[in-house]
Amino acid sequence: MSEDVIKAEGLTKVFNGNMTAVDHVDFSVKRGEIFGFIGPNGAGKTTTINMLITILKPTEGKALVFGYNVLKQASEVRNVIGVVPQEYTADEDLTGVENIILCADLYGIPRHVSKERAIELLELVELTAFKDKKVMTYSGGMRRRLELACGLINRPKVLFLDEPTLGLDVQTRSATWNYIKLLKKNFDMTLFMTTHYLEEADALCDRIAIIDHGKIIVVGQPEELKRGLGGDIITLAIKDEADVTSLVEKIENVKEVKKENGAYRIKTEKGELTAPLIIEALREEGHVVTKLSLTEPTLNDVYLEYTGKSMRDTEESREHVFAQRMTMRRARG
Amino acid sequence: MSETNSNSQSRLHGIWALTNRELKKWYKEPIPLLLSIIQPVIWMGLFGKAMNLGAIFTGNAQIPPQIAQQLMFQTFKTDDYFSYMALGMVSFVVLFTTMFSGMSIVWDRRLGFLNKVLSTPVSRGVIVFSKVLSATFRSMIQAGIVIVLALAFGMKFGATFSPINILGVFAAIFLICLGLSSLFLAIAIRSTRMETHMAVANLLTLPLMFASNTFFPVSLMPDWIQIVAKINPVTYTTDAVRQLLIYTIDGTQLLIDFTYLGVFAAVFTTMGIVLSWRYLSK
Repeated sequence: MSEDVIKAEGLTKVFNGNMTAVDHVDFSVKRGEIFGFIGPNGAGKTTTINMLITILKPTEGKALVFGYNVLKQASEVRNVIGVVPQEYTADEDLTGVENIILCADLYGIPRHVSKERAIELLELVELTAFKDKKVMTYSGGMRRRLELACGLINRPKVLFLDEPTLGLDVQTRSATWNYIKLLKKNFDMTLFMTTHYLEEADALCDRIAIIDHGKIIVVGQPEELKRGLGGDIITLAIKDEADVTSLVEKIENVKEVKKENGAYRIKTEKGELTAPLIIEALREEGHVVTKLSLTEPTLNDVYLEYTGKSMRDTEESREHVFAQRMTMRRARG
Repeated sequence: MSETNSNSQSRLHGIWALTNRELKKWYKEPIPLLLSIIQPVIWMGLFGKAMNLGAIFTGNAQIPPQIAQQLMFQTFKTDDYFSYMALGMVSFVVLFTTMFSGMSIVWDRRLGFLNKVLSTPVSRGVIVFSKVLSATFRSMIQAGIVIVLALAFGMKFGATFSPINILGVFAAIFLICLGLSSLFLAIAIRSTRMETHMAVANLLTLPLMFASNTFFPVSLMPDWIQIVAKINPVTYTTDAVRQLLIYTIDGTQLLIDFTYLGVFAAVFTTMGIVLSWRYLSK
């Protein structure tokens, strides 16, 4: 058994012959890690996950999950993976426990085993008290936990989570993270997740891949990527219209200066020491600093650095928007 | 950790779980269930009693009763239009129940349930076949209720009726349901929009119902409709059901009915499963 639980090589998906959703991506996920796929809506995250969980056939390239080829050994793959989809898929008319048993039946798990596991899983996600209530009455957080429990019924070796906290409020979101961490620890799994919440990726993932327009832009540990930005970021604005880029660039420790929307984004080491130097240098040349902020880099800065833009929303298919809206609505319910 | 589930998996595993999921939604919701039973009752009342086509002959003072009787037999092969129509209602109920079976796969797709099932080791054919089965079960129960109601409203059994014929009735209903739900599911399988599917299903359902012997004898229809009616499996179901319950059985015709229905069911079920293999794995 190699250490790579998931391995993608040149994985590509082209829809309708011309729409390239995923464009020759290569990555590997190591045993036991939480791997995050980060990117804006429409970047190709869900398409990638759907290829790995054998719902979509790759147009080109290959992917191995636990050593099985997703195209040629789809049933073997399906047996070793668990999936927690973006949408709430639990049946509203059935109770929590009925939903879990239904999932178990889909894996052909005998009833005496599945009943035991259902009890254990419901306990773990703290839904025991609600197990005989219809899912219709569940809150967003409870539904998400039920989906987690369903995804674990076959004791998967790899768990795929597609936007696990979509539509949840901040508190429920961090509670969900705790469940995810707990489950990972209890079941010794490898996790592959997609998200467009950067703080979520930062808090949960061991490694992340930033994907945009179907291509992987960078892969690494969140810390390493943030460090890779080369320290702190100073954002400042001056009163006049003059371009002071070259002036600032000469200052000690400053690594890079970019002008964006009338403000300067300055990458520097030891930001707290550099900031006064910049103000001083500008004043000597007769410029007045009107605004200044100093931040330690976040994943958002990493994201901005590699994609050249903030997380954006793109136009989506009708179907997808509908499913997402249903999820959001039920999350709030 | 190393325990695998594959031991207990057969090619057909999950079929009962998925079928039962659909059935549970149906029998656990009393209002839609009640409505689906009330609907044929209303139709039977309106069509069979109010629009009593038989009265054209028997209610006409110009026609002597014996001749009216004869005319009735010539047209409807029975002297009671209500009995004729009530069994047409069986086909009607079957058509509408199976039409909705396609709808559920569109919903499953939109709510993400379909993707979830696709990521489990359940065979693709089973996903579609479980929907076919649940629609078939539902239609058979509803058809059974229609027959019981028809009896309560005064349907008269034919000379060759025996309780064993009821098995034949359900066999005929089973076959048409398999074929029709496969047909409607095949139409729905690629559909992502409820509206499109509804429009197509409606377009298909009305001709299937009216270009058949459901309400009116085929022999009195224009030639070109007769051709459609002869291809239409609904005609064969209705005829088989009527022969078994209210007509005097004509062995040859009954054999033709069942052969046609068997072929129809086999062809369309196979087609449904083949299409699901093709289109559920994109």
